[in-house]
Amino acid sequence: MVDATGPYELIALSAAAAARAIAAGEIDPTELIGAYRARAMADELNCFTWVAPERGPGSGGDIAAGSSPAPGESPLPGTPLGGVPLAVKDLFCTAGVPSQSGSRILEGYEPPYTATAVARLQGAGATLLGKTNQDEFAMGSSNENSAFGPVLNPWDRARVPGGSSGGSAAAVAAGLAPWAVGTDTGGSIRQPAAMCGIVGLKPTYGAVSRYGMIAFASSLDQAGPLTRNVTDAALMLRHMIGRDERDATSLRFPEQIELPRADRLDGVRLGVPAELSSEGIETGVLERFHSALALAQELGATINTDVMLPHAPHGLAAYYVIAPAEASSNLARFDGVRYGLRAGDGQDLVGMYTRTRHDGFGPEVKRRIMLGTYALSAGYYDAYYGRAQRVRTKIVEDFRAAFEEVDFIVSPTTPGVAFELGEKTTDPWSMYLNDALTVPMSLAGIPAISIPCGLSGSSEGKGPVGRGLPVGLQIAGPAFSENRLLDAAYALEQAIGFDSTAAHV
Amino acid sequence: MDVGRGSGRDDVVEYEPVIGLEIHVQLSTRTKMFCGCELSFGEPPNTRTCPVCLGLPGALPVANAKAIHFGLMIGMALESELAPRSIFHRKNYFYPDLPKGYQISQYDEPLCRGGRLADVRVHRVHLEEDAAKLVHVGESGRIHASDASIVDFNRGGTPLAEIVTEPDVRSAEQAGEWLRLLRVTLGRLGVSDVNMEEGSLRCDANISVRPAGSDEMGTKTELKNMNSFRFIERGIKAEVIRQEKLLARGEKVVQETLHFDPSSGRITTLRSKEEAHDYRYFPEPDLVPIAVSEEMLDTARASMPELPLARAERFEHDPSYMLDTEVAKTLAFRTDLGDFLELRRPESPDEARVRANLIINELAPRVGTDVPLADSMVTPDAVVTISGALMRKEISIGGARQAFDILVEEGGDADAIIEREGLMSAEGGDELAAVVEAAIAANEDAAQKIKAGNPKAIGPIVGYVMRETQGRADGGEVTRLVHEQLGV
Repeated sequence: MVDATGPYELIALSAAAAARAIAAGEIDPTELIGAYRARAMADELNCFTWVAPERGPGSGGDIAAGSSPAPGESPLPGTPLGGVPLAVKDLFCTAGVPSQSGSRILEGYEPPYTATAVARLQGAGATLLGKTNQDEFAMGSSNENSAFGPVLNPWDRARVPGGSSGGSAAAVAAGLAPWAVGTDTGGSIRQPAAMCGIVGLKPTYGAVSRYGMIAFASSLDQAGPLTRNVTDAALMLRHMIGRDERDATSLRFPEQIELPRADRLDGVRLGVPAELSSEGIETGVLERFHSALALAQELGATINTDVMLPHAPHGLAAYYVIAPAEASSNLARFDGVRYGLRAGDGQDLVGMYTRTRHDGFGPEVKRRIMLGTYALSAGYYDAYYGRAQRVRTKIVEDFRAAFEEVDFIVSPTTPGVAFELGEKTTDPWSMYLNDALTVPMSLAGIPAISIPCGLSGSSEGKGPVGRGLPVGLQIAGPAFSENRLLDAAYALEQAIGFDSTAAHV
Repeated sequence: MDVGRGSGRDDVVEYEPVIGLEIHVQLSTRTKMFCGCELSFGEPPNTRTCPVCLGLPGALPVANAKAIHFGLMIGMALESELAPRSIFHRKNYFYPDLPKGYQISQYDEPLCRGGRLADVRVHRVHLEEDAAKLVHVGESGRIHASDASIVDFNRGGTPLAEIVTEPDVRSAEQAGEWLRLLRVTLGRLGVSDVNMEEGSLRCDANISVRPAGSDEMGTKTELKNMNSFRFIERGIKAEVIRQEKLLARGEKVVQETLHFDPSSGRITTLRSKEEAHDYRYFPEPDLVPIAVSEEMLDTARASMPELPLARAERFEHDPSYMLDTEVAKTLAFRTDLGDFLELRRPESPDEARVRANLIINELAPRVGTDVPLADSMVTPDAVVTISGALMRKEISIGGARQAFDILVEEGGDADAIIEREGLMSAEGGDELAAVVEAAIAANEDAAQKIKAGNPKAIGPIVGYVMRETQGRADGGEVTRLVHEQLGV
């Protein structure tokens, strides 16, 4: 039984618990949506770029039937998600709802169609609560590269929430949304989840359709859940996966996603490669990581520190060639002609293109377009893109060999806890280093989850002062191992006992 | 081989053109290359579009299986090697007709490699998407100096097969002839409308010249986008002459992309080598490789019709046809004519020849090219009837022509028409002899000339007989009678 008599009790429910309570008739989805909507409207962290109006387009509904039941119209009774509100990263196309991928160049753009991943969640009964802030075109690790301005970390408002799914992560951590959809290209779900003390899952590449995700790097982009707990992540993933005829790279997931139940890790072999757990990692993060490993052993897991990912240290360099190369091509379409921003009207065609792209893209996006264009240029292709692809192949082989020895690879999710706003904006490479531990899994296309494993040090900022900042534990498994991965994460989550509602505002 | 003879001036050096062709073929699939939009046939602008072919953010391409099937058929027809695995690349460049900022094409791993059609080797065949259509408003009709350009995305994303030949072509005429063969071959495959005026077949030519007999390649230029056989031949001719003149003057050919203006006959530069794009090709990450399965090959093989070249061979050498080379080619290259002939088995090679000639010379011109012969009013049986009557000399060729005039308009039974219209030959013998006699009498001058040894003077006499007999007299018989009566 749920005793949810006031908005605070409603907000305290995880998404899965809320869906169960709705199905049992214990809570009214309309009240749930109303409570979250009020919180999202009062957002002081700049998590949202758009919040669904009380009635109107995009407020939820059955995409297949072409209708959009508004909150208050008893959304989709009998559906698995029963109307539970959902925050969606800005880069997902949502029909008739602003979708700018955090960029000025898509100013005012409202797509004519909805991304498959979002449509599937809506089809399962999720109600679109709002669109969340992000780094522009998902390029960033701090959410400071957004045309909508930075997002503040609810644990400490002087700090970044991580990125690029920073708005999604902060909204979930602050209790402004029960859960959120994000995307991960080199760590953009896992890294902000870690920095905001929540759960973030990057599924196997191809498990979730990319159709309707405004592309950053096509061979790496993958949508996934940002949630308060592992069970919610499993529930959301269940309703996202599946082959999509509109995405040639999407795959049929070989099994249904089950809600995790494991409470032990008996016989589970965890690999701790030195390449991902030593150099350049903050002491506080390593401490929490080792405590988590100790807990895992108590639960019956074995730890293998001999397993190696010899090419993982080159992952970041390869990633920062491949991703910008693909991005330079993916972002060519933003020319001011058909949608979004147009600047330089009255100039000739090239003048208009140039002005639009000059005004529309932020500095990080421009940097990556230049990097990628250079890497693909005649005469440089083999030295950069070709070599990066060979590194990628080596990393795939590293993981394949490692998974002969262990069931999962574990590491800290990030080298450090949430850093201060502005701390790394002038040094792109120090910013890129945030992704060092998450990028190898992206290059290999394998699933990886980040769960909170405690707090590090203490914070002097404006958030829940003195409690320290969240640290993420990353667990990665072979392709399509999501069910096992979620089970292991769940068992650890129960043992760790982290309170992911601690930063609710 | 047609070796170029310079530009007709008294040069010492003779030049030989070396020409390679690139042909873009719009495939007649139902839907576009990478989305579900139906192909457009003159619909209002921008009505056959979707997020994919408009390049909207987030949209993804999915390769059209039918286009791959057609690509395999083309490869088979050109005797290419079919790649078990090929991939798409992105060809990056900014142009208003390219909404994604790149064209999805194939690069170093195309669907088909090598091959041959008649005397020209094929380098490769690959699949790609067509660009949208730009309409330049203003006097020039081209993007330069136009007042405005408007884009119609209906065409954007139409599947294309690009066929690239080896530089085996040695003259403009050979280029034209080979392209005609390619066109009928593709038409026969049913993979394209092959309509040049509507742009479903477009040709670029890479042209260089070299001293005749040399093995070295000269600097080439690329002549873009010619949309009729006549323009292609004229364009190549003009460019060959231009290059020969440059070389004869001791100047160099500059590598560049050119435009041939058929109305002025002038060749102008589109872009120089320095302005050439760096397309930054890389494997298209939104698509998976094309893996050609045995099943796909079987399906393609089963769809292969008899190709025009093979059919011409058969018409020429099959004992029941034994047609002249040109007749065989004409029938094979116009599929509907060949089909019409084959609807009824010939009784003998002679009958085949007579009927083939009737179809080519009498029936086809009367029906025109708007409808296939089989859809005209004339039945294959009617042609069999007329050819039989001709062979038995029951009607003359003139009578046959009159019968075709009527059949094409009304259809019906040929025997009945011959009977009704009284087209039976004026027999030899007395009746015709009397007419010939009268004709000679009416054309004394001509008769004298024939007697004096000028057989060509017979025209007016035969003409008189034909008028009198309403064309039913047999020309040969008339000539024989004239000669007999004049004693020559």
